[in-house]
Amino acid sequence: MSVKHLLASASAAVALALAATPAAAQKKYDPGASDTEIKIGQTMPYSGPASAYGTIGKAEAAYFKMINEQGGINGRKINFISLDDAYSPPKTVEMVRRLVEQDEVLLVFQTLGTPSNTAIQKYMQAKKVPQLFVATGATKWNDPAGNPWTMGWQPNYQTETTIYAKHILKEKPNAKIAVLYQNDDYGKDYLKGLKDGLGDKAKSMIVAEVSYEVSEPTVDSQIVQLHGSGADVFVNITTPKFAAQAIRKAFDIGWKPVHYLNNVSVGVGSVLTPAGLDKSVGLISTAYLKDPVDTQWATDKAIVDWTAFMKKYYPDGSLIDNTNVYGYTVAQTLVQVLKQCGDNLTRENVMKQAASLKDFAPDTMLPGIKMNTGPKDFAPIESVQLMRFDGKTWVRFGPVISADAN
Amino acid sequence: MSAVAPPVGAPLAAAASTRRLRLIGLAVLLVAACALPFLVSNYRTFQFTLVLVYAIALLGLNILTGYNGQISLGHGAFYAIGAYVAAILMDRMGVPYWATVPVAGALCLVVGFLFGLPALRLEGHYLALATFALGVTMPQLLKNKYVEHWTGGVQGIVIVKPDAPFGLKLSPDQWLYLFTLAITVVMFVIGWNLIRGRVGRALVAIRDQPIAASAMGIDTALYKSLAFGVSAMYTGIAGALGAIAIQFVAPDSFGVGLSIGLLTGIVIGGLASIPGAFFGALFIQFIPNVADQISKAAPWAIYGIFLIGFMFLMPMGINGAIRLGWARMRHRHSKPAQREGG
Repeated sequence: MSVKHLLASASAAVALALAATPAAAQKKYDPGASDTEIKIGQTMPYSGPASAYGTIGKAEAAYFKMINEQGGINGRKINFISLDDAYSPPKTVEMVRRLVEQDEVLLVFQTLGTPSNTAIQKYMQAKKVPQLFVATGATKWNDPAGNPWTMGWQPNYQTETTIYAKHILKEKPNAKIAVLYQNDDYGKDYLKGLKDGLGDKAKSMIVAEVSYEVSEPTVDSQIVQLHGSGADVFVNITTPKFAAQAIRKAFDIGWKPVHYLNNVSVGVGSVLTPAGLDKSVGLISTAYLKDPVDTQWATDKAIVDWTAFMKKYYPDGSLIDNTNVYGYTVAQTLVQVLKQCGDNLTRENVMKQAASLKDFAPDTMLPGIKMNTGPKDFAPIESVQLMRFDGKTWVRFGPVISADAN
Repeated sequence: MSAVAPPVGAPLAAAASTRRLRLIGLAVLLVAACALPFLVSNYRTFQFTLVLVYAIALLGLNILTGYNGQISLGHGAFYAIGAYVAAILMDRMGVPYWATVPVAGALCLVVGFLFGLPALRLEGHYLALATFALGVTMPQLLKNKYVEHWTGGVQGIVIVKPDAPFGLKLSPDQWLYLFTLAITVVMFVIGWNLIRGRVGRALVAIRDQPIAASAMGIDTALYKSLAFGVSAMYTGIAGALGAIAIQFVAPDSFGVGLSIGLLTGIVIGGLASIPGAFFGALFIQFIPNVADQISKAAPWAIYGIFLIGFMFLMPMGINGAIRLGWARMRHRHSKPAQREGG
């Protein structure tokens, strides 16, 4: 328990007290909220280069549909308007303006992509409309002082590679590290975390650093190049398709480094199975969510519930795609925030409640991982756990590591 | 200028009356366009600003492809250059937004002309591929670490939205719309003059009969490069205006889809037609939204159906269809008159 946690719980208590008192007296609404409904807006790449992520928006819509069937939140139905932005920032700006000015939503939820969210951030601050739980792991979303209307959700990229760096320094202090990364904001954020984590030793320890473009067909040549550098540790910062290629190629050319794989690509069904489960033995990564394909959760209540939910409300959705678990979990977080808001559905109170999450732990998150936010902490999930793949399942090891501890 | 004089007599009067009608029509349209931001919401005004932006870009591409017959699959790159020039000048150097537009145009004119010189050796499909390469490369070039200091790399640049000057009581969106409208009018008048004059006839001659054109003394190489440069200039100006309206530039904004979208726009609007640029702009601005409304699962399939539908029903583009409809209507109206006379 740190001072921060104390502060968080104290502020949560105050906030709850504040929220409870006027709620009894009167209902307060901003545009988008009424006695019967809460209007929520979103942009998602249903088409374009990142359309694989579109399933997140569909899983969230399905979750809200379920909540509505169960009676809504404090008697109010969720009206969820999710629009396609094709992963193009100008389109995001246009669609978000539509949501705020024409549809008059109470808040914008889980807009996906770092460039898209950057494009609308200034506008959201000017309009004082919450930009909640953005679907990107960039580090910059946790900035309550500069951007009080924007909040992230997942552990940020830099935290993750910092954790790998610490692990490397502890286990293999003389490692020669090779890095493969995607040439965009996501890849570079990860790379920065790794270098920051290694500190002064980054220059001497990283012996090879190669990037690829999302538009490239394969990363085979990059793997051969990295193998040639003589590295014995491989930090693999790639999105699912390329992660599968990299794992397979490294195995096929007989390169056997200690292989760190970023959390973006830990799906057993979507990455490791296509790469070859036998070729994936020994991979090290981090996680904060349960993977539906991982056999250790086959009888876990959370995953059983999730499977039933998927079959009933999102039958077209893939049961082996862990991004559907992601959407399900983040939607629960929003519902929790709206529940906390009670009858005070102003934009200001939404931000206040989002910043008052106290040990919130949906059961689809790994045991021991909880969400905590506060007026100065806009990063809901800050802890992850290291894990190693044994050929069948991810085996978690070591304690739950929090970014604060680093 | 040796404009061919129209035949004397009645046809001249008819031409004059058509001309007068057209001028009145244009004036009415212009008044309506000026009134628009005061009739619709700020959000709609913003959308129509983008329509004007696309219209300028489409006119530029039409000069190259429609009138000169050179296909470009890479005009998104010039749009990106224009956008980045505006963003960098505003954000890094504190240049006022209105001053960035001519700079963006001038730079794109030069870049387009220089790109046009070697590209001249390539004809038809080969040129299309070369420009396609340009369009594909541009987002990656913007991320390059040597220019990252200027372009902001993958994070892009956020710019501040300009307020209305002189204490005018206009919202930023209304002001930006009127500002863009003024530039659109200027660009279209210039474009119209260019195309109706000697230069335009030379461009069309090169498109239709390149050998005959050079035999008549047209410097084919120079005109083709010029067409490329002017076309890039229009697109660059559009890019700058687009960046100011969107308030953000990033490599992901200027993918190859933009280049293809622009080409789609001129074909849908009508190749080698000036008003077609507006129809094409309306199409690329609004049809993807309509498609998204119809299906979240496959918005591009719906978009494709629209595209096929438009091409099937209006093979000459929207402008071509309107002309055809207009001609038929006049024909039908003139028939009874003839009968009376006979």
